[in-house]
Formats: sequence, structure tokens, C-alpha cells
Amino acid sequence: MSRAMPLRNAHTAPAAVQGRSLAWQRGLLWAVLIGFAAFFLAPLYVMVVTSLKSMDEIRGGTLLALPGTLDTSSWGKAWSTACTGTDCQGLRPFFWNSVMIVVPAVLVSTALGGINGYVLSKWKFRGSETLFAMLLFGVFMPLQVVLLPMSQVLGWLGIASSVWGLILVHLLCGLPGTTLFFRNYYAALPDELIKAAMLDGAGFWRIFTRIVLPLSTPIIVVCLIWQFTQIWNDFLFGVVFSGTASKPVTVALNNLANTTSTVKEYNVDMAAALIAGLPTLFVYIVAGRYFVRGLTAGAVKG
Amino acid sequence: MGALSVQQVTKRYGANHILKSVDLEITEGEFVILVGPSGCGKSTLLSMIAGLDSPTSGRILLGGRDITQVAPKDRDIAMVFQSYALYPNMTVAQNISFALEMRKVPRAERQRLIDKVSKMLQLDHLLDRKPGQLSGGQRQRVAMGRALARQPSLFLFDEPLSNLDAKLRVEMRAEIKLLHRRTRITTVYVTHDQVEAMTLGDRIAVMRDGAIQQFGTPDEIYSRPATRFVAEFIGSPAMNLISARREGSALRAGGTDLPLSRQASALVQSHPNAEVFYGLRPECIRFVPAGTGISGELTMTEPTGPETHAFVDTAVGPFVVRVPGRVTARVGEPVNLAWEPGDVHLFDAATEVRMSGASLHCAVV
Repeated sequence: MSRAMPLRNAHTAPAAVQGRSLAWQRGLLWAVLIGFAAFFLAPLYVMVVTSLKSMDEIRGGTLLALPGTLDTSSWGKAWSTACTGTDCQGLRPFFWNSVMIVVPAVLVSTALGGINGYVLSKWKFRGSETLFAMLLFGVFMPLQVVLLPMSQVLGWLGIASSVWGLILVHLLCGLPGTTLFFRNYYAALPDELIKAAMLDGAGFWRIFTRIVLPLSTPIIVVCLIWQFTQIWNDFLFGVVFSGTASKPVTVALNNLANTTSTVKEYNVDMAAALIAGLPTLFVYIVAGRYFVRGLTAGAVKG
Repeated sequence: MGALSVQQVTKRYGANHILKSVDLEITEGEFVILVGPSGCGKSTLLSMIAGLDSPTSGRILLGGRDITQVAPKDRDIAMVFQSYALYPNMTVAQNISFALEMRKVPRAERQRLIDKVSKMLQLDHLLDRKPGQLSGGQRQRVAMGRALARQPSLFLFDEPLSNLDAKLRVEMRAEIKLLHRRTRITTVYVTHDQVEAMTLGDRIAVMRDGAIQQFGTPDEIYSRPATRFVAEFIGSPAMNLISARREGSALRAGGTDLPLSRQASALVQSHPNAEVFYGLRPECIRFVPAGTGISGELTMTEPTGPETHAFVDTAVGPFVVRVPGRVTARVGEPVNLAWEPGDVHLFDAATEVRMSGASLHCAVV
């Protein structure tokens, strides 16, 4: 008994201390996390509330206050009547331009990236590693470098200043990235799976569509989100390669914010910025958990 | 239909000579084992038969047809992989029917074959499961079912049992043997496990460094190993090999005359090389009373249950002796060993090729 007592104390006392310090650490952790969340969310909050205020209220200078009366008219104006330069149709036509650029560019670059990755990981040929190294170079190349040659090429092809030109540019610039994603994902697929399918009588495309693609959902989602965000948020290519009618929404937003008549309409600017940002936000919310899952897939054998 | 002929197949990767002009004639319905240590080229040879790798030179014929340049899918060969390589996105039934579908087998016929195969391999209750939900042994059976359903003219196995635990391995080994007896499909089976080789094969090809050292029935391989390597590789514990030298009319090692049959003695006399390896299977040696045979000291015993492996140091060299039951002598005690001169295997020390001896293997005492 006399021996057991100190032993028990020795066990319980540190446990209590440990519990207390754990609670303290946990509190600190929460405080830091909440602090950072507030810091990063503050601009978004300001944007949302400002977009819902009238100009009179904004002039009052209460930046962080909630709107006194909900005024949604700036959203309507930003969407359909605000002036971007001399043109006063709001963001609407440019929003649709962006959609028309993003959808084909994302789909085609993901599809081609998938096929490239499949070939570069499972159908290696003489020089395929060199080809992959060159593609990798494309991932890290600063995009400014290609601006002039690209505009020359678009001119030759007769698709300069058009939506088609922008689709092509985004598709080509996205391809190295999507290829890299798929190739690394497929490198984790056992080669024996492909060999088994070959002996079972399947060819190149059958193996891809029946065996490889059904196992690719996570990486497809990753590529779709990645490409969507990249292309939707692009400003550089949009401003360089678009014509008057083919501007993407990011360029239109810039023009809208820079077109000043008599007064700066902060509420319209904020609403326009939110409109331009909503699609990427939406994609992250809908598919974000697949994104994280896809990025970590392959780490665990499944 | 299913006779396989490998003719002078060579494979090089740069300076690496993986296969050195391999010849192999396998008759229809035969179960042939390719066995050897890792890196001996056995898996490469199997890949070439399957068409997953192409030889640098040489020909491969299946059922009389030259398939050297034929794509794997057109070879009518089914293969079971070490990792099973089941399609993770498909159910067991879909895994089995995939190859049939690719070959445009009508749906009703596919169903019939799935039923037949799943009954044969007791997979009936697993047909709707995905491979991820199966145990190792079940996956192994699905992999065999997938290969079997196609009724191929040649079956290839690439170390199919090495991912299973010991008990399951013995069970599946018996199952594979039974399956072959029922279907009689020509089979080439790669393994590094000599027990699998001895128990499963109609014939065994022992490979080393890209060449076949010996191709024969398990009995031939065991009782007349063609080279020193085969003698050591097949059999557990391995054959005792003593480096000996011809001196006058005797063969000596460690200052002791080694027993030789008259026939073997004549062979040693006429052999150009005086250096030979003197080989004895552990089960061919017996303990004899003091004062007879060759004396030595018992250094260790390994009881396995039905038999004991005794390690004995003698002036001639160390011996392993396989004794039924237990050894009565204690470790450290002097013991005496003897054997029949007719059980001795002789190999040239330089070429390591068999000279003669032991055509009839000793009866286990």
C-alpha cells in the first residue's frame, strides 16, 4: 500500500497539470485561428456591406457598420448598366465572355492533360522523359515571356482579339500543369494493372476509358478547379489578347473601376468585384473537399 | 494448340545481358516452373512470352505460330500477377468478364463462364464485391478466375503466392495444382521458392544469370543436378559440397580419403581437372558408431519436428545431416558420419558441371 500510493500520485498529478496546459494551449490556438480568419475575412465583409449601402451612407464614413437600409441597386447597376470605358452595359457581356473562354479551355486542357499524363506515365517511349522535362519547363516559365510571340501566332491564325484566341492561349498555358498533375497521379497506379488489361485484350483507349479514367475522379476534380481558377482570374492574357468585344470579366472590372464620371461609386465597384469573384468562390465551395482529397490522394494506398 | 517454344531468346538492356540465348520446349498441357534467384531473368522471360517485353533476338512460338511480334492482346495468353492486378473500379464479376467482353463474347456466354469459374474457385458469394473488400487469398482466386474464364492456350503465373501468408500459400499451391489437373492448360509458372517448384512442376527450368542451367522433371533435377548451382539451389537444407582434390588414386579433402564408388573413382582418374566438388544430400548421410566413418563434432541441431538437421564439423569440412526424429548426441560431442559412395555427386571445380554420380537417390533412412 505504502508503495502504491506515491506511484498513483506520480501518475495523477502530472495528468492534471497536463490537462490544464492542454486547455490553455487549445484556447490560444483558437484565438490565433479566429484572429487570422477575421483578418482575412475583413476585406470581404467590407466589400459585401459596402455593396449593399447607398452612396449617402458610404459618405457617412462608417466603413465597418452594417448597412442601415439594404440597397441592392448597385448590384443591378454593376451587372447591366455600369460603364466600362465608353461602353455602358455593365459586366454582363464580359461575364459571359469569361464563361465562354473558361468552359472550353478548362475542359479541353484537362482532357488533353489526362491523355498526356497517361502516355507519359504508362506508355513511355524513347524521349518521353525529355518531353516531360520540357513540359515541366512550361509550368515554371514566366508567362510574360510568351506575350509577344503568342500575339504573333494568334495573328497568323487569324484569331487575334477574339474569344477563340483567348481559349487557345489558356488551353496551351494550362496544358503543362494539367499534364504534370495527371502524370504524377498515374505514376502511382501500378503498371501491372495496365499489363493485365493488355493481356485481357484491351488496347490503348480501352485501357484509358475502362480502367484508368474510372480511377481518376480526384485528380480530374483537382485539375478542373485549378484550371477554372487560373483562367477565370487571369488578367494579363485578357488585357493583352482581347479585343473590345472579347474582354473577360477581370478586364471589364478593371475598366469599370477606372471609369470615373463625376463621383466614385464604391458600392457599384464592390458589387462588380464580388460578381467577378463569385464563380471561383462557388467552385471552391462545391468541389473544395474533392480538391483537398485529390491533392493528398496517392499518398495512401487505396 | 498450347505447345510453347522459346528459341534462342536473348535480351540486352544496354550493356546488361539479361537473357543469354534461352531455349525452352514446352509440350501442350505441361506445367513448367521457371525457378532461380532474383535477377536470373525468369520474370523477363515470362514478360516476353506474354508480349509485355520484346526480345533483342530469338523467336517465341505458341501452338506453332510465331508470336514474337504479336501484340499481347492477340496472343491468347492469360497471366496472374504477383500483385494480382485486379481492376479496383470493377466488381469481381466485372473483373472476370472484362477479358471476355474485350473478345466480344456474347453476354449469355459470358455469364455462363463467370458462373462456371466462380463455382470452380468458390467465388460465387463474392461476385458483387470490389477487390478492395477481399482478403489476400480471395484476391488471388479472383486473379486466377479472371485468367481461367478466358480459356487461354497458355497460362502464365508470376510469383503468384509470394504475397500470401505461409498457411494460405500451401492451400493455394494445392489449389493451383488441382486446377491444372482439371483444365490441362499449358502453364509457365515463375517462382523463387524451390518448394513450389518441386511440388507444382511437371518440369522445372532452373535459371541463373540469364541462362537455363537445367530443364527436367523434379526428380531429375533433384537426383541428377546438372551443375553445382542447381545442386545447391534445389533442396533444403542445401547439398553438402566439399572442395576436394585428386591425389594419386584417391580423392582427398582435409587430409582424408573420401569414399568413392568404383565407377566414380574411374571418372575422377580420367578427368582432366584434379579439383572437384564432392556433393552429398543431407539425407544421404547417417550417424555411425565411434571408430567408423568420418569423425567430427556436433556443433548445432535444428529440430523441425519430424526430422532434425544436425550440423557437424569434420576434418573434411562442415556437413549438414538430415536425421528422422531426434538426434541423441549433444552439441559439442564427437560423432561419426558415413554414407554410401553411390550417393555422391561430383562436379568439376572450374566449370561446375556435373561429372557423374547418384543416378538413384538414396532412400531416406
